[in-house]
Amino acid sequence: MTLIATLAITGDNSASPYTDLTPAMTPVQALAESNRCLFCYDAPCIKACPTGIDIPAFIRSIATGNLKGAATTILSENIMGGTCGRVCPTETLCEQSCVRNRAEDRPVAIGRLQRHATDRLIDGEPAHPFARAAATGKRVAVVGAGPAGLSCAHRLATLGHEVTVFEAKAKSGGLNEYGLAPYKMADDFAQREVAFILGVGGIAVEHGRRLGADLSLDSLRADFDAVFLGVGLGSNNRLGIPGEERAGVEDATAFIERVRQALPGQPPAVGRSVVVIGGGNTAVDAAIQAKRLGAEDVTLVYRRGRAQMGATGWEQELAQTEGVVLKTFAAPKEIGETSITFERTSLTDGKLSGTGETFTLQADMVLKAVGQKLSAEALGGLEVTGGKIAVDGAYRTTLAKVWAGGDCVATGEDLTVQSVQDGKLAALAIHSHLTA
Amino acid sequence: MADLRSTIAGIRSPNPFWLASAPPTDKAYNVVRAFKAGWGGVVWKTLGEDPPVVNVSSRYGAHLDTDRRMIGFNNIELISDRPLEVNLQEIIEVKRDWPDRAMVVSLMARIEEEAWANLARRIAETGAADGLELNLGCPHGMCERGMGSAIGQVPEMVEQVTRWVKNAVNLPVIVKLTPNITNILWSAEAAKRGGADAVSLINTVNSIVAVDLDAMAPTPVVDGKGSHGGYCGPAVKPIALNMVAEIARNPDTHGLPVSGIGGVTTWRDAAEFLALGATNVQVCTAAMTYGFKIVEDMIGGLSNWMDEKGYRTLDELSGRAVRNVVNWNDLNMNFSTKAVIDPALCIDCGRCHIVCEDTSHQAIRIDQGDGRRVFTVVNEECVGCNLCSHVCPVPDCITMVPEQTDLPYVTWPNDARNPMRVPEAAE
Repeated sequence: MTLIATLAITGDNSASPYTDLTPAMTPVQALAESNRCLFCYDAPCIKACPTGIDIPAFIRSIATGNLKGAATTILSENIMGGTCGRVCPTETLCEQSCVRNRAEDRPVAIGRLQRHATDRLIDGEPAHPFARAAATGKRVAVVGAGPAGLSCAHRLATLGHEVTVFEAKAKSGGLNEYGLAPYKMADDFAQREVAFILGVGGIAVEHGRRLGADLSLDSLRADFDAVFLGVGLGSNNRLGIPGEERAGVEDATAFIERVRQALPGQPPAVGRSVVVIGGGNTAVDAAIQAKRLGAEDVTLVYRRGRAQMGATGWEQELAQTEGVVLKTFAAPKEIGETSITFERTSLTDGKLSGTGETFTLQADMVLKAVGQKLSAEALGGLEVTGGKIAVDGAYRTTLAKVWAGGDCVATGEDLTVQSVQDGKLAALAIHSHLTA
Repeated sequence: MADLRSTIAGIRSPNPFWLASAPPTDKAYNVVRAFKAGWGGVVWKTLGEDPPVVNVSSRYGAHLDTDRRMIGFNNIELISDRPLEVNLQEIIEVKRDWPDRAMVVSLMARIEEEAWANLARRIAETGAADGLELNLGCPHGMCERGMGSAIGQVPEMVEQVTRWVKNAVNLPVIVKLTPNITNILWSAEAAKRGGADAVSLINTVNSIVAVDLDAMAPTPVVDGKGSHGGYCGPAVKPIALNMVAEIARNPDTHGLPVSGIGGVTTWRDAAEFLALGATNVQVCTAAMTYGFKIVEDMIGGLSNWMDEKGYRTLDELSGRAVRNVVNWNDLNMNFSTKAVIDPALCIDCGRCHIVCEDTSHQAIRIDQGDGRRVFTVVNEECVGCNLCSHVCPVPDCITMVPEQTDLPYVTWPNDARNPMRVPEAAE
């Protein structure tokens, strides 16, 4: 494997993976864009938002100069509105449903406006916008300081409960900190947002605490009035092909984590020729980062077609703009010393099959992004269905006193915004249970 | 959190945002929706003597900007076209269910004491009205029957009607004034003489909002013909602000509570009315454009802004700008401000230059910069008129910066350049 010393940047490839992909709006841009919002009644964008943010209301507040009100409207439904404004696939959610698409083919830039409003409050307001209710005396354990866990913890804290969050990693934020592309979360936003969320009070975070290591579900159930599991998906799917153990073959999530956690000025080295396998947003994020870190050729290979990719059309086009080559209908067969061989595939009546024809790509580095799955070992006693923790409509697991939400349950797409919603609704369910 | 509770003429409401007497307050269904949305009070659509009026079909006209935003709105609708008893019963029911909201009832009658007194008594007998508002301003239709602005335009009649109603009932009386007059103070003073507890203004401005060039008739077109109507919405706000300020700073009417009406669309508009002396505001067009939900940002925005500025109550805010509203003759002739163009924000449209060149003082120079034009204010020519800053499409690109001078505050009556100057006693 030939690794390029970091950022061996050539003429046309000078973007660092650490600079903001979409810059913050200027006040002028925000004012103009906010005035495009029609303040629709029962607006389609609200229904398309998994957290149900009152989008027309917050945009009107931007237009009237009430930025604090705008941010409060957003954060009251989605405490991670800052991250979601940056990373949500708005093109398939709120902005897809914007009525401006019909007449003008251009939606209101809801995501960017959301960032505009929340940035101002998170960076500029000394006082936390939400106050805590009177103490209930109840204690809740939250496992996982990712979007679901922090959303749940925040809502519980505002409702007057005391929350202890147990987090295996050294930092809070979950995938916001370790799994999202740095160009979407520039300037350490994940940590700034965590600090803001914890600012409400009543939430203690214990790092280095992992379920199955020094924590058990039984002891948490014994020590706390309720337990919320926001453990995410801990392990990666394997390709199951020869050569997968070779040096230079890595899970895309691990690669992204290395990029995110690199010391300033010391980003990880990448291969000269990088092949990313997978069709989701993680695959796209990894491919773009490899390119921005200086890889000469980055090819994203997916076994089905563009229409079946998990990555949105916008993400696919972004990858192409960044110089990533998209190759579809090819499944990996074998990884060699500096190459990888694929078999072409075809899709007939929804069934994928190999055609027998193969081709080989140069590859110093292979990044695997073929999905993640639940690490179920430490969840003894919980029913797991279809690879996810089974919950009822109120996020209750099959174990008494235990709720779960986020990517580890099957409520919707595995998106930050869905996890925030799960955490919020689970907190309300726990609150009803504790105060019944 | 700022305290937004409001009291005008003894009438209390949880916030200063009322819906004006108009279609949104025509019946219980709408008013209940408004209260659910958070409005602090309503002025029920004007009640008249039975039999109720009959309205025409096609009632509203609009003045839209190029993005189809409502700048001005006009109507030829008359007063409530429902029987008096129906309205009174609904008023009773709504007030019973929403006791903390202000329930003011608008009324209008012939210029006869019996008519006004009877109507006022009928309303007072419900026990549900917190106050009355006398509609002396409707500029279309009703005035042709000797009511509305036909009364409001004659100060003696304003005083007379106010007195009739004050004598008939023991309720706070707000007199709603028409802007279709030469001097608002005449009618405001008349209302005060008649015993008004407050005035509300402005009612709508006489208008033809547009002409349908196919029908060759004013809009709204009623079977090929149109009539002048009442104009309201954001476009009339400046007219209203001036009239509110005139009343607030006039010694005879200073202290007379004012309910501000005219184009209030955002919390900022409301803050401006309050700063000029209004105690609360009434809204119609904004609600008819967006629905009742807009009150949320009005309340939240006003509260956040007051917190930011350190105003704890509406009383601390109300009237704060009144002392700075003066006659032209009281302005400082020695004050000088100059436009400054920020080249970093400039987008090179050239509009500041051409309006100054063609229509003002030839005070903006164009230089060829690096790939684009650079616009610079020629200080010697700039009179500080603000035109360039108003036509500039980029906020804050052109700012007006006062010149530092050591000159004293000199008004025109004392200015050496004034040929009619009255020499000061000391000279």
